[in-house]
Amino acid sequence: MDWYPLWNSLRIALISCAAVFFLGIFAAYYIARLPRVVKGVLDVLLTLPMVLPPTVVGYFLLLLFGAKRPLGIFFMQHFGVKLVMNWYSAIFASIVVAFPLMYRTARGAFESFDETLAWSAQTLGQSDTWIFWRVRMPACRQGILAGTVLAFARALGEYGATSMIAGYTPGKTATIATTVYQLWRTNDELGAMRWVLVDIAISAVVLLAVNLLEKKQKAGARK
Amino acid sequence: MSLEVNIEKKLDGFTLRAAFTAGNTSTALLGASGCGKSMTLRCIAGILKPDRGRIVLDGRVLFDSAQHIDLPPQQRGVGLLFQNYALFPNMTVEQNILCGLKAEKDPAARRAACAEMLRAMRLETLAKRYPAQLSGGQQQRAALARILVGKPRILMLDEPFSALDSYLREEVEGEVGSLLANFAGTALLVTHNRDEAYRLCKEMIVLNEGQVLRAGRTKEVFADPQSIAAARLTGCKNILPCTPLDSRTVRMDGWGTTLRLTLPVPAGCTAVGIRAHDFTPCATDAPNAIPVKAVSTSENPFDWNLICTSPEGTAQLWWKVGKTSLSAAAPEPPQYLCAAPESIMPLKG
Repeated sequence: MDWYPLWNSLRIALISCAAVFFLGIFAAYYIARLPRVVKGVLDVLLTLPMVLPPTVVGYFLLLLFGAKRPLGIFFMQHFGVKLVMNWYSAIFASIVVAFPLMYRTARGAFESFDETLAWSAQTLGQSDTWIFWRVRMPACRQGILAGTVLAFARALGEYGATSMIAGYTPGKTATIATTVYQLWRTNDELGAMRWVLVDIAISAVVLLAVNLLEKKQKAGARK
Repeated sequence: MSLEVNIEKKLDGFTLRAAFTAGNTSTALLGASGCGKSMTLRCIAGILKPDRGRIVLDGRVLFDSAQHIDLPPQQRGVGLLFQNYALFPNMTVEQNILCGLKAEKDPAARRAACAEMLRAMRLETLAKRYPAQLSGGQQQRAALARILVGKPRILMLDEPFSALDSYLREEVEGEVGSLLANFAGTALLVTHNRDEAYRLCKEMIVLNEGQVLRAGRTKEVFADPQSIAAARLTGCKNILPCTPLDSRTVRMDGWGTTLRLTLPVPAGCTAVGIRAHDFTPCATDAPNAIPVKAVSTSENPFDWNLICTSPEGTAQLWWKVGKTSLSAAAPEPPQYLCAAPESIMPLKG
């Protein structure tokens, strides 16, 4: 069995999850402080990829990054990099679809944060950066952890936009999701089943790890 | 050492216009919930920005809209205790206290200052505990320790007892009282409880709907609140509408009785305040005798409440009689009640 799709899916999901972690927290933190109207507009724009069909996301990504589109031409000319139909093209797709999950859960956590904690830290002379990393993030870690896991799971399961922007090339752009479809399409039901089981196993392990982590943190805080 | 505040800030429903000074003593900010007292503290701490005005602490300008000065809270040297104490839940008591030592960099000095504060606030055995494992009173001591260890120039307490059970309250109040008395600097106590203000602070400021109604020595404010709103906030049960007759006498509307006062009756006086404990039963011809008809009696653990109306039943007043013991009998319903001229407070507005 060729394990390339597993390795490719994992690296795509890990890289996009890491990117979404910082982008989501950053957006959630700053957008929560904007005036209401601006906040509302940005909120809709940033959450849209969660409800749009992935093919629509793929369409927009191709409009931006396609070989004959401005960004695609720019990167080809200046860096000699082709943004579509490569293994890393799927990262763009995963980031866009996973971002809203991280953004929304992180924003929910930030909004339920007790602001008097930040204020008291300010009157004690602590800097805003210190407050963010030592008080706000720890207080919101449950929500942020949940968002990260959801984003990772979503990135791992991404199919629609990925198949449009990265396509399916065995040994090059193949991911678990696209492989399952290809094998099924070519009547390799057993092969498809194998990858389905692999996918279920990974997802189960991720969720289990999170549950254990939460329990451990709770026990640590109680000690 | 003093605090000068003169600020204006538009809030939901009203405009806060706080103008007062507080000296090197404990001062109470008394007002009903939502009158702007917590907002005033937040403006002084720099968490909330006033629309305009000036805040000066010990000669140092913290905020001045005309000069575009607005020091961040980190540089104000202000200690503010929040209603919920705002201890960092992810840190132990010791770690919380160390957070208040931002200015001290030397690790040995930090440890020493922290240990001393733990001892002073009787927290040594709780140093390694998390806030969630402490009782309300212990949390408050930890939060105070975290503030005091940084040696603030001003100590501000925002409703410090509201989160405590009533049986704990008196014990904690005693501790906070001695802390306020010993604090070397200005201390502000925000409260809606007149008894707390009276017991804990020598000076007081009465706030109503964002306005300072009355400021002065606590005992003087209680003896002469000057306005109806301030009289209510200091716990005066009887606000009786009246018409001034001359500089020392008024006629009670709805009772037909004329009252003599010790305090001069100011122009614009519309009512007199008489505290429910200040009445005594008397004879028809006694000075300031008010004819009454007792309509209801209720019993408290330590006093009796009698609601009395005028003979026509058009106006009413409360009379409270202290009990000598729990089982003391109810007082005889009086025909006439009188109030000493010095206990009658002329009120405006």
